[in-house]
Amino acid sequence: MAPLAPTGGQTVGPFFAFGLPYAGGTELVSPYSPGAQLISGVIYDGAGDPIPDALIEIWQPRTDGSVPAEPGSINRDGATFTGFGRAATEPDGSFRFWTLAPGAEPGSNAAPFLSAVVFARGLLDRLHTRIYFPDDEAALQGDPLLSSLDPERRATLIARRVEEGRLMHDIHLQGESETVFLVFS
Amino acid sequence: MASLTIPTPEPQLDPQSLISDEIREGHARFEAAGSPNIPGPQLDWRPYRSSILRHPTKNPQLVDPEVIERTSPAFGHRDVGELEADLTIQHNGEPLGERMVITGRVLDGEGRPVRRQLVEIWQANASGRYIHQRDQHPAPLDPNFTGAGRCLTDDNGVYRFLTIKPGAYPWRNHANAWRPAHIHFSVFGNAFTERLVTQMYFPGDPLFALDPIYNSIPTQAGRDRLVAAFDHDLTSPEWALGYRWDIVLTGSGATWLEAEGDES
Repeated sequence: MAPLAPTGGQTVGPFFAFGLPYAGGTELVSPYSPGAQLISGVIYDGAGDPIPDALIEIWQPRTDGSVPAEPGSINRDGATFTGFGRAATEPDGSFRFWTLAPGAEPGSNAAPFLSAVVFARGLLDRLHTRIYFPDDEAALQGDPLLSSLDPERRATLIARRVEEGRLMHDIHLQGESETVFLVFS
Repeated sequence: MASLTIPTPEPQLDPQSLISDEIREGHARFEAAGSPNIPGPQLDWRPYRSSILRHPTKNPQLVDPEVIERTSPAFGHRDVGELEADLTIQHNGEPLGERMVITGRVLDGEGRPVRRQLVEIWQANASGRYIHQRDQHPAPLDPNFTGAGRCLTDDNGVYRFLTIKPGAYPWRNHANAWRPAHIHFSVFGNAFTERLVTQMYFPGDPLFALDPIYNSIPTQAGRDRLVAAFDHDLTSPEWALGYRWDIVLTGSGATWLEAEGDES
């Protein structure tokens, strides 16, 4: 059968705040739970201004690399790790998630990362990217995607660890520091 | 104070004629490039002024998806109550406007249903007003309508909402700019690569030709796929009109690149 023609994307627009964000969206784990990581950053436009009306989602494996299959991301039970989170940016363009460090996929050369997708007013379609954790330098060296990028571009995909349990990762939709966005084969 | 004067367009905003010219030129450039087979919108799309600083200018990186990207978060009845698919019963009274059913299937590119997956919608009320505090359109809010709903697709990939037909609303992209009536859809697929946020429009809207967002999809066939069909069989006698709209997801890079053969 010939593939069906896909439905095109359209911007999330300015008024998604009452439709998409939900209580608990940013806390994949409780901030007080063992191993909790706070990852935060700012989403910027091509002029270097923060974007106060963007939405970012993350989807990730557990720390052992396995993929969660349990529901409950919208109505969390406080115990189950579902692997999905959603954050609308604040008026200063910032977002944050409390989550666990992702694990490496068994049998893969890929270093551990969060899969991320970005939406915004003014952005006409989703943008896929990855947020790699910086802790395992050997794994990062062996990652097929990171290895294919020049150092400046590569750096846009790797979060910075600022202290134990705390990482920073900015996203630039456009410009000199433009984040590497992905399309999939 | 009430005023009988009709507001005149603010001089610093571009006129519709300029936006319409840019849309025509954009579509012509796409055609001149051989109309590459891409279903998505153009991200570098000047007629939508807010896109100018918010689109990437570097080529996206083509990558083989890892396991996490080939799977999708799971949602269940723990997350979504059955009543959340009815946007007309969220308050004490009946909302104003045309009651309508919207239903269809969520499919992957091979035509397989996306089962038990999350569909979210949000929209303006019948007057074209969003409940969002940043919406300053001086049309009335409806105390009986919020305009957000969720459901899970069934085993055939079918979603279904009961809502109120949204009105067109003005925005400030350019002078005297009006968005065609639309419902925002957020959809998950079987893979996170298929994640989609889009807008569903209504057949025959006279604002189509003027709208920069609708026209960011470069082909007429692609734009037509964003328009629901009125379906008399879906209407509910003396209760609600019915519309049908199917959603087809893709996880490939077809938004920018020539699609290649792909088993997923």
